[in-house]
Amino acid sequence: MAAISRDEVAHLARLSRLAVTEQELDTFAGQLDVILQAVARVGEVTAADIPPTSHSVPLTNVLREDVVINCLTREEALAGAPDVQDDRFRVPRILDEEA
Amino acid sequence: MTDLTKLTAAELAGTIASGDVSAEEVTRAHLDRISAVDGKVHAFLHVDADGALAAARAVDAKRAKKEQLGPLAGVPIAVKDVLTTRGVPTTAGSKILEGWRPPYDSTVVERLRDAGTVILGKTNMDEFAMGSSTEYSAYGPTNNPWDLGRIPGGSGGGSAAAVAAYEAPLAIGTDTGGSIRQPGAVTGTVGAKPTYGGTSRYGLIAFSSSLDTPGPCARTVLDAALLHEVMAGHDWRDSTSIPQPVPPVVEAARRGMSGDLTGVKLGLVTEFDAGDGAEPGVMAAFHEALAALTKLGAEIVEVSAPHFQYALPAYYLIAPSECSSNLARFDGVRFGLRVGDDGNRSLEEVMSLTREAGFGPEVKRRIMLGTYALSSGYYDAYYGQAQKVRTLITQDFNQAFEQVDVLVSPTTPFVAFPFGSRTSDPYQMYLADLFTIPTNLYGGPGISVPCGLSDGLPVGFQIMAPTMADDRMYRVAAALESAVGTLTPPSLEG
Repeated sequence: MAAISRDEVAHLARLSRLAVTEQELDTFAGQLDVILQAVARVGEVTAADIPPTSHSVPLTNVLREDVVINCLTREEALAGAPDVQDDRFRVPRILDEEA
Repeated sequence: MTDLTKLTAAELAGTIASGDVSAEEVTRAHLDRISAVDGKVHAFLHVDADGALAAARAVDAKRAKKEQLGPLAGVPIAVKDVLTTRGVPTTAGSKILEGWRPPYDSTVVERLRDAGTVILGKTNMDEFAMGSSTEYSAYGPTNNPWDLGRIPGGSGGGSAAAVAAYEAPLAIGTDTGGSIRQPGAVTGTVGAKPTYGGTSRYGLIAFSSSLDTPGPCARTVLDAALLHEVMAGHDWRDSTSIPQPVPPVVEAARRGMSGDLTGVKLGLVTEFDAGDGAEPGVMAAFHEALAALTKLGAEIVEVSAPHFQYALPAYYLIAPSECSSNLARFDGVRFGLRVGDDGNRSLEEVMSLTREAGFGPEVKRRIMLGTYALSSGYYDAYYGQAQKVRTLITQDFNQAFEQVDVLVSPTTPFVAFPFGSRTSDPYQMYLADLFTIPTNLYGGPGISVPCGLSDGLPVGFQIMAPTMADDRMYRVAAALESAVGTLTPPSLEG
Protein backbone atom coordinates (compact mmCIF):
# COMPACT_ATOMS: atom_id res chain seq x y z
CA MET A 1 0.00 0.00 0.00
CA ALA A 2 1.22 3.47 -0.80
CA ALA A 3 2.35 5.53 2.20
CA ILE A 4 1.16 8.74 0.57
CA SER A 5 -1.39 9.50 -2.13
CA ARG A 6 -1.16 11.92 -5.04
CA ASP A 7 -3.87 14.05 -3.43
CA GLU A 8 -1.88 14.25 -0.21
CA VAL A 9 1.19 15.36 -2.15
CA ALA A 10 -0.92 18.06 -3.84
CA HIS A 11 -2.02 19.20 -0.38
CA LEU A 12 1.60 19.27 0.85
CA ALA A 13 2.60 21.32 -2.19
CA ARG A 14 -0.12 23.86 -1.34
CA LEU A 15 0.99 24.03 2.29
CA SER A 16 4.58 24.44 1.12
CA ARG A 17 3.66 27.23 -1.32
CA LEU A 18 4.91 25.32 -4.32
CA ALA A 19 2.86 25.71 -7.51
CA VAL A 20 3.87 22.27 -8.77
CA THR A 21 2.77 21.00 -12.17
CA GLU A 22 0.57 17.96 -12.76
CA GLN A 23 3.59 16.11 -14.12
CA GLU A 24 5.64 16.96 -11.02
CA LEU A 25 2.81 15.66 -8.84
CA ASP A 26 3.00 12.29 -10.60
CA THR A 27 6.79 12.13 -10.12
CA PHE A 28 6.87 13.42 -6.54
CA ALA A 29 4.02 11.16 -5.41
CA GLY A 30 5.98 8.07 -6.43
CA GLN A 31 9.29 9.32 -5.05
CA LEU A 32 7.91 10.55 -1.74
CA ASP A 33 6.17 7.21 -1.33
CA VAL A 34 9.50 5.37 -1.66
CA ILE A 35 11.21 7.77 0.74
CA LEU A 36 8.42 7.63 3.32
CA GLN A 37 8.34 3.85 3.31
CA ALA A 38 12.10 3.87 3.94
CA VAL A 39 12.11 6.48 6.70
CA ALA A 40 9.09 4.90 8.42
CA ARG A 41 11.64 2.37 9.72
CA VAL A 42 12.19 4.68 12.68
CA GLY A 43 8.89 3.23 13.94
CA GLU A 44 10.59 -0.15 14.50
CA VAL A 45 12.52 1.30 17.43
CA THR A 46 10.98 0.95 20.88
CA ALA A 47 11.34 4.44 22.21
CA ALA A 48 8.23 5.28 24.19
CA ASP A 49 10.21 6.27 27.29
CA ILE A 50 13.08 7.91 25.44
CA PRO A 51 13.25 11.72 25.57
CA PRO A 52 13.55 13.43 22.18
CA THR A 53 16.74 15.23 21.15
CA SER A 54 16.16 18.43 19.20
CA HIS A 55 19.73 19.58 19.49
CA SER A 56 23.10 18.04 20.28
CA VAL A 57 24.33 20.96 22.37
CA PRO A 58 22.63 21.19 25.76
CA LEU A 59 21.23 24.69 25.60
CA THR A 60 19.64 27.02 28.02
CA ASN A 61 18.84 30.59 27.12
CA VAL A 62 21.82 32.31 25.56
CA LEU A 63 21.92 35.97 26.46
CA ARG A 64 24.30 38.75 25.60
CA GLU A 65 24.91 42.30 26.68
CA ASP A 66 22.34 44.73 25.39
CA VAL A 67 24.70 46.92 23.41
CA VAL A 68 24.10 48.78 20.19
CA ILE A 69 26.19 47.56 17.28
CA ASN A 70 26.34 48.42 13.60
CA CYS A 71 23.49 46.98 11.57
CA LEU A 72 22.51 47.10 7.92
CA THR A 73 21.58 50.45 6.47
CA ARG A 74 18.20 50.78 4.77
CA GLU A 75 19.93 50.78 1.39
CA GLU A 76 21.82 47.59 2.22
CA ALA A 77 18.73 45.85 3.53
CA LEU A 78 16.72 46.74 0.42
CA ALA A 79 19.52 46.15 -2.10
CA GLY A 80 18.62 42.53 -2.78
CA ALA A 81 14.86 42.95 -2.83
CA PRO A 82 12.95 42.04 -5.98
CA ASP A 83 10.78 45.15 -5.70
CA VAL A 84 11.13 48.31 -3.64
CA GLN A 85 8.80 51.27 -3.28
CA ASP A 86 9.21 54.33 -1.03
CA ASP A 87 12.18 52.73 0.78
CA ARG A 88 10.11 49.67 1.62
CA PHE A 89 9.72 46.11 0.35
CA ARG A 90 6.83 46.16 -2.14
CA VAL A 91 4.66 43.05 -2.05
CA PRO A 92 1.68 41.90 -4.11
CA ARG A 93 -1.76 42.52 -2.61
CA ILE A 94 -2.47 40.46 0.49
CA LEU A 95 -6.21 41.18 0.77
CA ASP A 96 -8.99 40.68 -1.74
CA GLU A 97 -10.40 43.83 -3.37
CA GLU A 98 -13.70 43.56 -1.51
CA ALA A 99 -12.22 42.69 1.85
CA MET B 1 60.38 26.95 -10.93
CA THR B 2 58.17 25.42 -8.26
CA ASP B 3 54.56 24.98 -9.25
CA LEU B 4 52.95 27.00 -6.49
CA THR B 5 49.61 25.24 -6.91
CA LYS B 6 51.17 21.93 -5.88
CA LEU B 7 52.34 23.20 -2.49
CA THR B 8 50.37 22.60 0.69
CA ALA B 9 48.81 25.47 2.61
CA ALA B 10 51.43 25.02 5.33
CA GLU B 11 54.23 25.28 2.76
CA LEU B 12 52.65 28.29 1.07
CA ALA B 13 52.18 30.14 4.35
CA GLY B 14 55.82 29.47 5.21
CA THR B 15 57.21 30.59 1.88
CA ILE B 16 55.06 33.74 1.85
CA ALA B 17 56.04 34.61 5.43
CA SER B 18 59.72 34.18 4.60
CA GLY B 19 59.38 36.45 1.57
CA ASP B 20 60.53 33.83 -0.97
CA VAL B 21 57.35 34.41 -2.91
CA SER B 22 54.68 37.08 -2.71
CA ALA B 23 51.05 36.41 -1.85
CA GLU B 24 50.17 38.03 -5.16
CA GLU B 25 52.29 35.50 -7.09
CA VAL B 26 50.64 32.65 -5.20
CA THR B 27 47.20 34.04 -5.95
CA ARG B 28 47.98 34.59 -9.64
CA ALA B 29 49.24 31.00 -9.93
CA HIS B 30 45.95 29.70 -8.57
CA LEU B 31 43.83 32.05 -10.70
CA ASP B 32 45.79 30.83 -13.74
CA ARG B 33 45.17 27.24 -12.71
CA ILE B 34 41.44 27.97 -12.39
CA SER B 35 41.44 29.52 -15.88
CA ALA B 36 43.26 26.46 -17.25
CA VAL B 37 41.20 23.65 -15.73
CA ASP B 38 37.90 24.90 -14.35
CA GLY B 39 36.27 24.66 -17.76
CA LYS B 40 36.61 20.91 -17.28
CA VAL B 41 36.02 20.66 -13.54
CA HIS B 42 33.43 23.41 -12.94
CA ALA B 43 34.27 23.66 -9.26
CA PHE B 44 33.54 27.40 -9.13
CA LEU B 45 30.28 29.29 -9.50
CA HIS B 46 32.01 32.63 -9.15
CA VAL B 47 35.69 33.59 -9.29
CA ASP B 48 36.50 36.87 -7.56
CA ALA B 49 39.87 37.62 -9.18
CA ASP B 50 39.89 41.31 -8.26
CA GLY B 51 38.96 40.69 -4.64
CA ALA B 52 41.55 37.91 -4.37
CA LEU B 53 44.37 40.03 -5.82
CA ALA B 54 43.48 42.93 -3.54
CA ALA B 55 43.54 40.63 -0.50
CA ALA B 56 46.88 39.17 -1.61
CA ARG B 57 48.43 42.63 -2.09
CA ALA B 58 47.23 43.62 1.37
CA VAL B 59 49.14 40.64 2.81
CA ASP B 60 52.25 41.61 0.84
CA ALA B 61 51.97 45.20 2.09
CA LYS B 62 51.68 43.99 5.69
CA ARG B 63 54.74 41.80 5.27
CA ALA B 64 56.71 44.67 3.74
CA LYS B 65 55.89 46.71 6.84
CA LYS B 66 56.99 43.78 9.01
CA GLU B 67 53.53 43.55 10.59
CA GLN B 68 52.42 40.33 12.22
CA LEU B 69 50.87 37.93 9.67
CA GLY B 70 48.10 35.43 10.41
CA PRO B 71 48.88 31.69 10.32
CA LEU B 72 47.47 31.28 6.80
CA ALA B 73 48.29 34.76 5.47
CA GLY B 74 48.35 34.85 1.69
CA VAL B 75 47.07 31.30 1.27
CA PRO B 76 44.29 31.07 -1.33
CA ILE B 77 41.00 29.48 -0.37
CA ALA B 78 37.70 28.60 -2.03
CA VAL B 79 34.42 29.04 -0.16
CA LYS B 80 31.28 26.97 -0.61
CA ASP B 81 28.54 29.14 -2.05
CA VAL B 82 26.31 28.64 0.98
CA LEU B 83 28.32 31.05 3.16
CA THR B 84 27.62 34.73 2.72
CA THR B 85 30.41 36.90 1.34
CA ARG B 86 29.83 40.63 1.44
CA GLY B 87 29.25 42.01 -2.05
CA VAL B 88 30.16 38.72 -3.73
CA PRO B 89 27.40 36.60 -5.32
CA THR B 90 26.06 33.87 -3.01
CA THR B 91 23.50 31.49 -4.49
CA ALA B 92 23.58 28.29 -2.38
CA GLY B 93 23.44 26.57 -5.77
CA SER B 94 19.86 27.77 -6.27
CA LYS B 95 18.12 29.82 -8.94
CA ILE B 96 16.08 31.48 -6.22
CA LEU B 97 19.19 33.39 -5.10
CA GLU B 98 20.70 34.02 -8.54
CA GLY B 99 22.48 37.37 -8.57
CA TRP B 100 22.08 37.98 -4.84
CA ARG B 101 24.99 39.83 -3.28
CA PRO B 102 24.85 39.55 0.51
CA PRO B 103 25.26 42.78 2.49
CA TYR B 104 27.33 41.00 5.16
CA ASP B 105 30.04 38.40 5.71
CA SER B 106 29.43 35.13 7.50
CA THR B 107 31.54 34.67 10.62
CA VAL B 108 33.60 31.96 8.93
CA VAL B 109 34.40 34.27 6.01
CA GLU B 110 35.16 37.14 8.38
CA ARG B 111 37.67 34.92 10.21
CA LEU B 112 39.23 33.86 6.92
CA ARG B 113 39.74 37.51 6.00
CA ASP B 114 41.14 38.32 9.46
CA ALA B 115 43.63 35.45 9.09
CA GLY B 116 44.84 36.91 5.79
CA THR B 117 43.63 34.06 3.59
CA VAL B 118 42.83 35.02 0.01
CA ILE B 119 39.30 34.12 -1.05
CA LEU B 120 39.41 33.03 -4.70
CA GLY B 121 35.70 32.58 -5.19
CA LYS B 122 32.59 30.55 -4.44
CA THR B 123 32.24 26.84 -5.12
CA ASN B 124 29.49 24.77 -6.63
CA MET B 125 27.17 22.66 -4.51
CA ASP B 126 23.91 20.78 -4.52
CA GLU B 127 21.09 23.29 -4.12
CA PHE B 128 20.88 24.43 -0.48
CA ALA B 129 23.38 21.66 0.37
CA MET B 130 20.86 18.90 -0.34
CA GLY B 131 22.51 16.12 -2.27
CA SER B 132 25.57 13.90 -2.59
CA SER B 133 26.73 14.58 -6.14
CA THR B 134 26.33 18.29 -7.11
CA GLU B 135 23.82 17.06 -9.70
CA TYR B 136 21.17 19.06 -7.83
CA SER B 137 23.03 22.34 -8.36
CA ALA B 138 20.92 24.72 -10.44
CA TYR B 139 24.11 25.66 -12.29
CA GLY B 140 25.19 22.25 -13.53
CA PRO B 141 27.34 19.63 -11.82
CA THR B 142 31.00 19.71 -10.85
CA ASN B 143 33.12 17.00 -12.47
CA ASN B 144 35.37 14.78 -10.38
CA PRO B 145 39.05 15.50 -11.25
CA TRP B 146 39.72 11.74 -11.00
CA ASP B 147 37.21 10.98 -13.75
CA LEU B 148 35.31 13.85 -15.32
CA GLY B 149 32.34 11.58 -16.01
CA ARG B 150 31.80 10.93 -12.33
CA ILE B 151 30.36 12.86 -9.41
CA PRO B 152 32.65 14.80 -7.03
CA GLY B 153 30.40 14.05 -4.07
CA GLY B 154 28.05 16.48 -2.47
CA SER B 155 26.82 18.69 -1.41
CA GLY B 156 30.25 20.33 -1.25
CA GLY B 157 31.55 18.76 -4.46
CA GLY B 158 32.83 22.10 -5.74
CA SER B 159 35.04 22.71 -2.71
CA ALA B 160 36.45 19.16 -2.74
CA ALA B 161 37.05 19.20 -6.51
CA ALA B 162 38.74 22.63 -6.36
CA VAL B 163 41.20 21.26 -3.81
CA ALA B 164 41.73 17.97 -5.66
CA ALA B 165 42.33 19.80 -8.96
CA TYR B 166 44.94 22.14 -7.39
CA GLU B 167 42.72 25.17 -8.01
CA ALA B 168 43.00 25.97 -4.31
CA PRO B 169 45.00 24.41 -1.47
CA LEU B 170 42.13 24.93 0.94
CA ALA B 171 38.36 25.21 0.81
CA ILE B 172 35.44 25.64 3.15
CA GLY B 173 32.59 23.16 3.19
CA THR B 174 29.51 22.62 5.31
CA ASP B 175 28.42 19.24 6.63
CA THR B 176 24.81 18.46 7.54
CA GLY B 177 24.81 14.73 6.78
CA GLY B 178 28.22 14.22 5.18
CA SER B 179 28.57 17.13 2.74
CA ILE B 180 32.24 17.71 3.62
CA ARG B 181 33.36 14.13 4.30
CA GLN B 182 31.73 12.29 1.38
CA PRO B 183 33.09 14.73 -1.26
CA GLY B 184 36.49 14.44 0.46
CA ALA B 185 36.31 10.66 0.20
CA VAL B 186 35.41 10.48 -3.49
CA THR B 187 37.93 13.14 -4.58
CA GLY B 188 40.84 11.76 -2.57
CA THR B 189 41.07 14.81 -0.31
CA VAL B 190 40.73 15.48 3.41
CA GLY B 191 37.43 16.79 4.72
CA ALA B 192 36.59 17.45 8.35
CA LYS B 193 33.29 18.11 10.07
CA PRO B 194 34.03 19.82 13.39
CA THR B 195 31.95 19.30 16.50
CA TYR B 196 28.53 20.89 15.99
CA GLY B 197 28.75 24.33 17.57
CA GLY B 198 32.54 24.36 17.20
CA THR B 199 32.27 26.51 14.07
CA SER B 200 29.82 29.36 13.64
CA ARG B 201 26.66 29.10 11.55
CA TYR B 202 26.22 32.87 11.36
CA GLY B 203 25.90 33.70 7.67
CA LEU B 204 25.56 30.06 6.69
CA ILE B 205 22.36 29.81 4.65
CA ALA B 206 20.42 27.39 6.83
CA PHE B 207 19.36 23.94 5.66
CA SER B 208 19.02 21.99 8.92
CA SER B 209 19.96 24.23 11.80
CA SER B 210 20.52 21.52 14.41
CA LEU B 211 22.97 19.72 12.10
CA ASP B 212 24.70 22.26 9.78
CA THR B 213 28.43 22.54 10.54
CA PRO B 214 31.07 24.45 8.53
CA GLY B 215 34.47 22.80 8.25
CA PRO B 216 37.74 22.55 6.32
CA CYS B 217 38.69 20.81 3.04
CA ALA B 218 42.37 20.30 2.18
CA ARG B 219 44.88 17.95 0.58
CA THR B 220 46.66 17.11 3.85
CA VAL B 221 45.49 16.54 7.41
CA LEU B 222 47.78 19.27 8.74
CA ASP B 223 46.34 21.80 6.28
CA ALA B 224 42.81 20.86 7.35
CA ALA B 225 43.82 21.34 10.98
CA LEU B 226 45.41 24.74 10.27
CA LEU B 227 42.21 25.89 8.57
CA HIS B 228 40.08 24.38 11.34
CA GLU B 229 41.87 26.50 13.96
CA VAL B 230 41.42 29.66 11.92
CA MET B 231 37.69 29.19 11.29
CA ALA B 232 36.55 27.66 14.61
CA GLY B 233 35.80 29.12 18.01
CA HIS B 234 32.96 30.72 19.89
CA ASP B 235 30.80 33.30 18.12
CA TRP B 236 28.27 35.34 20.07
CA ARG B 237 26.22 35.79 16.89
CA ASP B 238 25.42 32.04 16.79
CA SER B 239 23.49 31.06 19.91
CA THR B 240 24.39 27.37 19.42
CA SER B 241 28.10 28.15 19.31
CA ILE B 242 30.01 26.38 22.09
CA PRO B 243 31.76 28.85 24.45
CA GLN B 244 34.92 26.77 24.86
CA PRO B 245 38.43 26.95 23.42
CA VAL B 246 39.06 25.29 20.04
CA PRO B 247 40.44 21.76 20.55
CA PRO B 248 44.22 21.65 19.81
CA VAL B 249 43.82 20.18 16.33
CA VAL B 250 47.07 21.45 14.78
CA GLU B 251 49.14 20.09 17.66
CA ALA B 252 47.28 16.78 17.33
CA ALA B 253 47.90 16.60 13.58
CA ARG B 254 51.62 17.23 14.09
CA ARG B 255 51.72 14.57 16.78
CA GLY B 256 49.94 12.10 14.49
CA MET B 257 52.41 12.79 11.68
CA SER B 258 55.07 11.09 13.78
CA GLY B 259 53.21 7.88 13.02
CA ASP B 260 52.92 6.61 16.57
CA LEU B 261 49.49 5.51 17.77
CA THR B 262 50.60 3.40 20.71
CA GLY B 263 47.76 3.03 23.18
CA VAL B 264 45.08 4.51 20.90
CA LYS B 265 41.91 2.44 20.75
CA LEU B 266 39.98 2.46 17.48
CA GLY B 267 36.37 1.32 17.66
CA LEU B 268 35.20 -0.73 14.73
CA VAL B 269 31.43 -0.43 14.52
CA THR B 270 30.26 -4.00 13.98
CA GLU B 271 26.99 -2.89 12.40
CA PHE B 272 28.95 -0.94 9.75
CA ASP B 273 31.62 -3.58 9.25
CA ALA B 274 29.05 -6.09 8.04
CA GLY B 275 29.71 -4.37 4.72
CA ASP B 276 26.02 -3.64 4.42
CA GLY B 277 25.59 -1.84 1.12
CA ALA B 278 29.29 -1.00 0.82
CA GLU B 279 31.29 -1.93 -2.27
CA PRO B 280 33.83 -4.75 -1.74
CA GLY B 281 36.63 -2.50 -3.02
CA VAL B 282 35.77 0.13 -0.42
CA MET B 283 35.76 -2.44 2.39
CA ALA B 284 39.08 -3.88 1.15
CA ALA B 285 40.79 -0.45 1.19
CA PHE B 286 39.28 0.26 4.60
CA HIS B 287 40.63 -2.96 6.08
CA GLU B 288 44.08 -2.38 4.59
CA ALA B 289 44.10 1.01 6.32
CA LEU B 290 43.04 -0.62 9.58
CA ALA B 291 45.99 -3.00 9.28
CA ALA B 292 48.31 -0.04 8.67
CA LEU B 293 46.99 1.69 11.79
CA THR B 294 47.56 -1.47 13.81
CA LYS B 295 51.20 -1.43 12.71
CA LEU B 296 51.46 2.10 14.13
CA GLY B 297 50.44 0.76 17.52
CA ALA B 298 46.69 1.31 17.49
CA GLU B 299 44.42 -1.30 19.00
CA ILE B 300 41.20 -2.31 17.21
CA VAL B 301 38.19 -2.90 19.44
CA GLU B 302 34.85 -4.05 18.09
CA VAL B 303 31.99 -1.97 19.42
CA SER B 304 28.29 -2.22 18.84
CA ALA B 305 26.08 0.72 17.92
CA PRO B 306 22.71 -0.95 17.49
CA HIS B 307 20.80 2.19 16.54
CA PHE B 308 23.14 3.38 13.78
CA GLN B 309 21.00 1.45 11.30
CA TYR B 310 18.18 3.89 12.04
CA ALA B 311 20.33 6.99 11.57
CA LEU B 312 19.58 7.39 7.87
CA PRO B 313 15.77 7.17 8.28
CA ALA B 314 15.88 9.49 11.32
CA TYR B 315 18.03 11.99 9.43
CA TYR B 316 15.67 12.04 6.45
CA LEU B 317 12.88 13.06 8.79
CA ILE B 318 14.78 15.57 10.93
CA ALA B 319 16.71 17.36 8.18
CA PRO B 320 13.74 17.81 5.81
CA SER B 321 11.58 18.99 8.72
CA GLU B 322 14.07 21.69 9.62
CA CYS B 323 14.56 22.50 5.92
CA SER B 324 10.84 22.97 5.33
CA SER B 325 10.85 25.57 8.06
CA ASN B 326 14.15 27.26 7.15
CA LEU B 327 13.37 27.58 3.46
CA ALA B 328 10.12 29.41 4.19
CA ARG B 329 12.23 32.57 4.14
CA PHE B 330 12.51 32.30 0.35
CA ASP B 331 9.23 34.00 -0.33
CA GLY B 332 10.13 36.46 -3.09
CA VAL B 333 9.82 39.46 -0.79
CA ARG B 334 13.16 40.47 0.73
CA PHE B 335 15.75 38.95 -1.60
CA GLY B 336 16.15 36.80 -4.66
CA LEU B 337 13.70 35.79 -7.31
CA ARG B 338 10.08 36.94 -7.71
CA VAL B 339 7.88 35.36 -10.35
CA GLY B 340 4.37 36.15 -11.56
CA ASP B 341 3.86 39.53 -9.92
CA ASP B 342 1.60 40.95 -12.64
CA GLY B 343 -0.42 43.28 -10.42
CA ASN B 344 -3.37 40.88 -10.31
CA ARG B 345 -2.02 37.85 -8.48
CA SER B 346 -2.10 37.65 -4.69
CA LEU B 347 0.96 37.44 -2.49
CA GLU B 348 0.31 33.76 -1.92
CA GLU B 349 0.09 33.05 -5.64
CA VAL B 350 3.28 34.98 -6.36
CA MET B 351 5.02 33.18 -3.50
CA SER B 352 3.98 29.77 -4.85
CA LEU B 353 5.03 30.61 -8.41
CA THR B 354 8.34 32.03 -7.19
CA ARG B 355 9.17 28.96 -5.12
CA GLU B 356 8.05 26.65 -7.92
CA ALA B 357 10.36 28.40 -10.38
CA GLY B 358 13.23 28.99 -7.97
CA PHE B 359 13.62 25.60 -6.29
CA GLY B 360 14.87 22.41 -7.94
CA PRO B 361 13.33 18.95 -7.53
CA GLU B 362 15.35 17.73 -4.52
CA VAL B 363 14.62 20.88 -2.54
CA LYS B 364 10.92 20.58 -3.34
CA ARG B 365 10.90 16.92 -2.27
CA ARG B 366 12.52 17.74 1.04
CA ILE B 367 10.27 20.71 1.76
CA MET B 368 7.21 18.54 1.16
CA LEU B 369 8.65 15.61 3.11
CA GLY B 370 9.39 17.89 6.06
CA THR B 371 5.98 19.51 5.86
CA TYR B 372 4.47 16.03 5.99
CA ALA B 373 6.61 14.88 8.93
CA LEU B 374 5.68 17.98 10.93
CA SER B 375 1.97 17.96 10.20
CA SER B 376 -0.47 17.14 12.96
CA GLY B 377 -1.36 13.48 12.94
CA TYR B 378 2.04 12.47 11.61
CA TYR B 379 4.31 14.47 13.93
CA ASP B 380 4.60 11.83 16.68
CA ALA B 381 5.15 8.92 14.30
CA TYR B 382 7.72 10.70 12.16
CA TYR B 383 9.48 13.81 13.49
CA GLY B 384 8.91 13.01 17.17
CA GLN B 385 10.01 9.41 16.76
CA ALA B 386 13.09 10.48 14.77
CA GLN B 387 14.12 12.79 17.61
CA LYS B 388 13.88 9.88 20.05
CA VAL B 389 16.01 7.76 17.74
CA ARG B 390 18.49 10.64 17.75
CA THR B 391 18.73 10.27 21.54
CA LEU B 392 19.42 6.54 21.20
CA ILE B 393 22.11 7.14 18.58
CA THR B 394 23.74 9.65 20.92
CA GLN B 395 23.66 7.03 23.69
CA ASP B 396 25.31 4.53 21.33
CA PHE B 397 28.13 7.02 20.73
CA ASN B 398 28.53 7.79 24.43
CA GLN B 399 28.71 4.11 25.33
CA ALA B 400 31.18 3.41 22.53
CA PHE B 401 33.45 6.25 23.65
CA GLU B 402 33.62 4.69 27.13
CA GLN B 403 35.49 1.82 25.49
CA VAL B 404 37.46 3.45 22.69
CA ASP B 405 39.07 6.77 21.76
CA VAL B 406 37.56 7.13 18.28
CA LEU B 407 35.26 5.18 15.97
CA VAL B 408 36.30 4.25 12.44
CA SER B 409 34.44 3.27 9.27
CA PRO B 410 34.61 3.82 5.54
CA THR B 411 33.43 7.38 4.82
CA THR B 412 30.93 6.42 2.15
CA PRO B 413 29.74 3.01 0.87
CA PHE B 414 30.78 3.57 -2.72
CA VAL B 415 33.43 5.32 -4.80
CA ALA B 416 32.54 8.21 -7.13
CA PHE B 417 29.62 7.04 -9.26
CA PRO B 418 28.82 8.04 -12.85
CA PHE B 419 26.52 11.02 -13.40
CA GLY B 420 22.85 10.12 -13.62
CA SER B 421 23.15 6.76 -11.91
CA ARG B 422 21.35 7.75 -8.70
CA THR B 423 19.10 10.68 -9.63
CA SER B 424 15.99 8.77 -10.72
CA ASP B 425 15.58 7.13 -7.30
CA PRO B 426 16.30 9.82 -4.69
CA TYR B 427 16.70 7.26 -1.90
CA GLN B 428 19.66 5.68 -3.72
CA MET B 429 21.37 9.07 -3.49
CA TYR B 430 20.63 9.26 0.25
CA LEU B 431 22.57 6.03 0.82
CA ALA B 432 25.83 7.88 0.06
CA ASP B 433 25.59 9.32 3.58
CA LEU B 434 24.94 6.00 5.33
CA PHE B 435 28.16 6.13 7.38
CA THR B 436 28.46 9.89 7.88
CA ILE B 437 24.99 10.72 9.18
CA PRO B 438 25.24 9.18 12.69
CA THR B 439 27.94 11.72 13.61
CA ASN B 440 25.72 14.62 12.58
CA LEU B 441 22.83 13.39 14.70
CA TYR B 442 25.17 12.96 17.68
CA GLY B 443 26.89 16.31 17.09
CA GLY B 444 30.46 15.05 17.28
CA PRO B 445 33.32 15.59 14.86
CA GLY B 446 34.26 13.36 11.93
CA ILE B 447 37.00 13.43 9.34
CA SER B 448 37.54 11.67 6.03
CA VAL B 449 41.12 10.95 4.98
CA PRO B 450 42.16 9.15 1.78
CA CYS B 451 43.14 5.52 2.40
CA GLY B 452 43.67 4.09 -1.07
CA LEU B 453 42.00 3.33 -4.37
CA SER B 454 39.28 0.98 -5.54
CA ASP B 455 39.16 0.50 -9.33
CA GLY B 456 41.41 3.55 -9.64
CA LEU B 457 39.08 5.78 -7.63
CA PRO B 458 39.70 7.20 -4.13
CA VAL B 459 38.35 5.61 -0.97
CA GLY B 460 37.88 7.60 2.23
CA PHE B 461 38.53 6.45 5.79
CA GLN B 462 36.31 8.04 8.42
CA ILE B 463 37.34 8.77 12.00
CA MET B 464 34.67 9.90 14.48
CA ALA B 465 35.50 11.41 17.88
CA PRO B 466 33.57 12.56 20.96
CA THR B 467 32.17 16.09 20.97
CA MET B 468 34.87 18.74 21.43
CA ALA B 469 37.59 16.08 21.07
CA ASP B 470 38.24 17.00 17.44
CA ASP B 471 41.97 16.74 18.13
CA ARG B 472 41.71 12.96 18.55
CA MET B 473 40.49 12.41 14.99
CA TYR B 474 43.20 14.68 13.57
CA ARG B 475 45.89 12.68 15.34
CA VAL B 476 44.65 9.36 13.94
CA ALA B 477 44.03 10.89 10.48
CA ALA B 478 47.56 12.33 10.32
CA ALA B 479 49.02 8.99 11.40
CA LEU B 480 47.09 7.18 8.69
CA GLU B 481 48.25 9.75 6.14
CA SER B 482 51.85 9.20 7.22
CA ALA B 483 51.38 5.48 6.59
CA VAL B 484 49.46 5.45 3.31
CA GLY B 485 50.41 8.83 1.80
CA THR B 486 48.27 11.33 -0.08
CA LEU B 487 46.58 10.70 -3.45
CA THR B 488 47.31 12.53 -6.70
CA PRO B 489 44.62 12.60 -9.39
CA PRO B 490 45.49 12.18 -13.08
CA SER B 491 46.64 15.31 -14.91
CA LEU B 492 43.86 17.52 -16.25
CA GLU B 493 46.08 19.07 -18.91
CA GLY B 494 45.91 18.15 -22.57
